[in-house]
Amino acid sequence: MDKEQYCTDVLVIGSGAAGMMAARAAADEGASVIIVDKSLIGRGGATIIAQMTVAVALGEAEDDNPDIHFNDTMEGSRGLADPEIVRTVVDRGPEVINELEGYGVRFARSENGKRSQVVSPGHTKKRCVYVDILNTGGATSNGLRKAIWKNERIDRIKNVMITRLVKYEGNVVGAVGFSMEDMIPVSITASQIILATGGLTEIYERNSASANMTGDGFLLAAEAGSELNDMEMVQFFPIAHLFPPLVGIDPIMWDPFRYKLGGRLLNGMQEEFMDSYAGEEAGKYTATRDMTSFAIFKEVEAGRGTPHGGAYLDFRMVPEEKLREGFGPVIDILLSQGVDLTKDLVEVAPMAHFMLGGVSVDKNMKTSVEGLLACGELIHGMHGANRLSGNAITEALVTGRVAGETAARTKKEIYPDIVASELDAEWQKLQQFWYPREVSKDEESTLALRKKLQQVMWRGAGPLRTKEDLDNALDEIKKLQEESKGIALARQEKYSLSVVEKIENYNMAIIGEAIIKGALERKESRGAHVRLDYPELLQDVYGLGFNLNDSGEWTLTKRDMTTTEGS
Amino acid sequence: MSPIKLNIVRGDEGTGRNFVEYEVPYSEGISLLDAIIWIREHVDPSLSVRYSCRSANACKECMAMVDGKVKYLCSLRANEGQSVTIEPLKARPWIKDLTTVME
Repeated sequence: MDKEQYCTDVLVIGSGAAGMMAARAAADEGASVIIVDKSLIGRGGATIIAQMTVAVALGEAEDDNPDIHFNDTMEGSRGLADPEIVRTVVDRGPEVINELEGYGVRFARSENGKRSQVVSPGHTKKRCVYVDILNTGGATSNGLRKAIWKNERIDRIKNVMITRLVKYEGNVVGAVGFSMEDMIPVSITASQIILATGGLTEIYERNSASANMTGDGFLLAAEAGSELNDMEMVQFFPIAHLFPPLVGIDPIMWDPFRYKLGGRLLNGMQEEFMDSYAGEEAGKYTATRDMTSFAIFKEVEAGRGTPHGGAYLDFRMVPEEKLREGFGPVIDILLSQGVDLTKDLVEVAPMAHFMLGGVSVDKNMKTSVEGLLACGELIHGMHGANRLSGNAITEALVTGRVAGETAARTKKEIYPDIVASELDAEWQKLQQFWYPREVSKDEESTLALRKKLQQVMWRGAGPLRTKEDLDNALDEIKKLQEESKGIALARQEKYSLSVVEKIENYNMAIIGEAIIKGALERKESRGAHVRLDYPELLQDVYGLGFNLNDSGEWTLTKRDMTTTEGS
Repeated sequence: MSPIKLNIVRGDEGTGRNFVEYEVPYSEGISLLDAIIWIREHVDPSLSVRYSCRSANACKECMAMVDGKVKYLCSLRANEGQSVTIEPLKARPWIKDLTTVME
């Protein structure tokens, strides 16, 4: 049987901003590095789509410093952020932006040569840098790709999906999986492994990120024995783009324009409705994200939604020259696709946007399992119950760099023989999982099953939650775990999307269960987690820890955070 | 509304190259990538294609030959009743169906 076996000091799994930064940082420290991704390197994930900003306390647009950034972030987190992680990220924010500029990323500068910084909601200072035009994430990915491509210590392995981390005597010693292009088993032996697989937005029917954000890393970490925190905390974006289909825009791009120009939200009858929910005045923009989501949901529920199940966003009352000034080149991108904002309404709706909870790490990005680190959207700690705009890429860049440095400086013995034998065992397991029976066509469409799963999560554990809906969702997701496991696939010798999707579906169903269980357990409304049956914010602040026990069941533990709040 | 007709290259070096025609129901705003994903869901899941961002025109993975020209599948809207030919990129080594070796 053909197989590929590699060995390295540091293995990085995932290649968004966090993964590429981790790879570069480890290589800078002298380590040999392999970076692996189930998609192409530096093409999938969230970073490349992110069009907005990066929050860093450079203090170039006005007086600012990391302490103020720290306070804003802690304040925004509704008591659930980990101060040590926040401190690490805000302190090194300015440094990583300068590093990116060294890789050719051109942040916008004002006439005095200093970097342009703007205010985003939740930040008390002009702090957010950006790359024109709506190209912050694209330029960041591009710069980091260059930074790892020309580094001889870094090897890149694309289209390889890691399905299991190998443990020996309590330590993580390698990773095993398969190559999509050739459908052969692949193993990588490493001294240290960094998970940088990003978030899980694809678990939800409506989401704003790449198709490959299926949350694989959460399960890899949990199966290796590492704890996850606050998995119920998923950030939903209230007015993401719904209709008409548009190309070349970030689905969340309407928000800053609405903020700046005062776009109105209308229901399906083209009437304003925000005033009756949040007392929001026409053209002003004062309701919080959860309240806006609530109002849109209620209108849809009452039969007053738009044709595609959202609300209309209306800029028609804004004079054309103001629109042109506010939207800049975006107005032409829209016009070229038949959307004239002086005449046309667009439909918007809440969408899953960012995973706030995740793998528990210390300030050096070590998990509780020796040999395993994590960084980027995958980790818990930076955002608590609510992420401020602009803090995601900052988190990815800094935690990626820290993880790479820590991993390179921590050496331990390697066990290629153990990893090799685990590879054979995993390949046998995968054969059983994919092909329990010989069939000439997939027994059920993996994409159809994914849709069912996404609908269950959206209805039951979406932006607005109740015990009844969550209980139903828990029953459904349990059934979908079995259903996704049971489907036999047809053998394909090359580039089988079905085998990847079957694993992803199963992972999503297990991780979805954690989200539902956490949402049931958290009997309050805090930031992104809104329980219609428990609308109050509790005085006592607690975090939720999630562990997989030996029989593969999630166990939840409460961690009192009241004492650490504001420390 | 009349369906879209997609004439798509199937196969790999081993099996050889064949065109297969698929009919996909038209819906407002549907892209060629959406139509291919519809085929995978409803007709043949073994149709291979690269995609990631789906419509942001960011990842550049869904590059293919559309009626002989290099295009991004996610960025092209299908027209009602349209007939379109989709082939893998010619300049890159072929893997299978619409997928080629990419960096």
